[in-house]
Amino acid sequence: MSHTIDVAYVAELARLALTPEEKDTFQQQLETIVRYVEKIGELDLDGIEPTMHGQSVVNVFREDVVVPSVGRDCFLANAPERNDAEIRLPKVVEDA
Amino acid sequence: MVGAALTLGAAAEGLRKKTFSSVELTQSVLAAIREKDGALNAYLSVDEAGALQQAAAADAARAAGRDGDLLGIPVAVKDLINVAGQPCSCASKMLAGYVAPYDATVSARLRAVGAVFAGRTNMDEFAMGSSTEGSAFKTTRNPCDLTRVPGGSSGGSAAAVAGGEAVAALGTDTGGSIRQPAAFCGCVGLKPSYGRVSRYGVTAYASSLDQVGPLTRTVEDAAVLLQALAGVDPRDGTTLDAPVPDYRASLRDGLKGMRIGLPREYYIDGTDPEVMACVRRTVDACAAAGAEIVEVSLPHTEYAIAAYYIVATAEASANLARFDGVRYGHRTAHPESVFDLYAQSRAEGFGTEVKRRIILGTYVLSSGYYDAYYGRAQKVRTLIRRDFAEAFSRCDVLFTPVAPTAAYRIGEACDDPLKMYLGDVFTVPANLAGLCGLSVPCGRTAAGLPVGLQILGPAFGECAVLRAGHSVETAVRMA
Repeated sequence: MSHTIDVAYVAELARLALTPEEKDTFQQQLETIVRYVEKIGELDLDGIEPTMHGQSVVNVFREDVVVPSVGRDCFLANAPERNDAEIRLPKVVEDA
Repeated sequence: MVGAALTLGAAAEGLRKKTFSSVELTQSVLAAIREKDGALNAYLSVDEAGALQQAAAADAARAAGRDGDLLGIPVAVKDLINVAGQPCSCASKMLAGYVAPYDATVSARLRAVGAVFAGRTNMDEFAMGSSTEGSAFKTTRNPCDLTRVPGGSSGGSAAAVAGGEAVAALGTDTGGSIRQPAAFCGCVGLKPSYGRVSRYGVTAYASSLDQVGPLTRTVEDAAVLLQALAGVDPRDGTTLDAPVPDYRASLRDGLKGMRIGLPREYYIDGTDPEVMACVRRTVDACAAAGAEIVEVSLPHTEYAIAAYYIVATAEASANLARFDGVRYGHRTAHPESVFDLYAQSRAEGFGTEVKRRIILGTYVLSSGYYDAYYGRAQKVRTLIRRDFAEAFSRCDVLFTPVAPTAAYRIGEACDDPLKMYLGDVFTVPANLAGLCGLSVPCGRTAAGLPVGLQILGPAFGECAVLRAGHSVETAVRMA
């Protein structure tokens, strides 16, 4: 493996605005980090099964029953802006 | 004696014998916080009124005949575990002012047995870091030396317990975030096996690695807290429906006949000689107490950090995608487009380490790179699991250092992220393999800094690590 990370492009994928200084610093630091993690490229991994998480639980089912959940107001209380029972958003769609 | 410096066991006994009430105990914890936290900065918020109310309720319940090891015991909670009605900021500007709408399962379990929620402890933002310097709000100091870090990311919980500002605390451990701060501050920290404790209501960092666990003054206290936390949860499909044994009962068995494995790859140059000397002395003391010492090998150890920082950041980038400025969390003031709403809100809300990890995680998951990074890292996890399975066929527990050094100075490791990541070398393998691990104080450096011994056990082998840890505690006390 030998890949180069393009921090500006990846940050856009991650919906993360960066200042020019952040771009430079992260570019340098992440090139070093990516070079380090590419160490796993040394291993022959043919035929090895992946481990998704710490235990081998698969397909956990439950009964499909309705249970009460936390009230709407609790969640609305954390909204940046609200309008009665709705979350209010800035207008982001351009006029036609 | 009543006070925040009591062990959980002693506090429970005092409550049972009516030496003091839960209100008195809680008041003394709150007083200790007021007196000491100006210097330590272990807490992000303290709920005095709520805690005293819960304590009064616990006293009333006890007067009515109820009992329990945690009834009326004040507990500090890491600021990413939801406790209904309390702040849950994850030490991030992104969630400043956020109030938990519901209890995490672990909080509900503690509430059900009558524990008192004293306050919220500081941490690295979104649990990403090893020093608690990544908090957006304050720098927690190590109670053993105020110029040094408490470790992280559960540094506030460790500092509160070790500094006499909490009887016990909860933390989370994704790559060492309970064990390493426990080692740096000189308290006990237990990372349960993956699937042992519910993650419901705990802000996710890396979902396949995260676990909640106790930070306490003694191994017995950790056993008592784990007893309350452990068990299957219908709200977390990754919890296992395995019986929850009597953890405290397992402490009695002692070391005789126990096989302690020393993984060759963890006893290498590069670890501070003083740290190594403390660990070696403890191993010798355990051998003298009747344990059998076996050398084992974990050949893929050198790949663990690389695999960890791929898996953890990949999952983090997905988990933190929910912070978009729409439904909750920070929202930028004047977005010009939808993209801008997301990208600016995230730019303003997240700190440097979180941004760095989101970018790395997004990169390793991005089109064309997934197989080379995330796919391969998951296969490396399999190799690491196999290494441990092989080792545990020859021994009951593994003894290793927790970290290559004792607590370092505040600001010392900040500018080199890779150096900081490499400090997790002894702790991340347990998360990758789903094992349990305990950090127990095993001595001090010449400068008086605590050193931690890590005791690793197989998945769901908490009884064995607690049993060994309890014996180590006794051996260290006698040495």
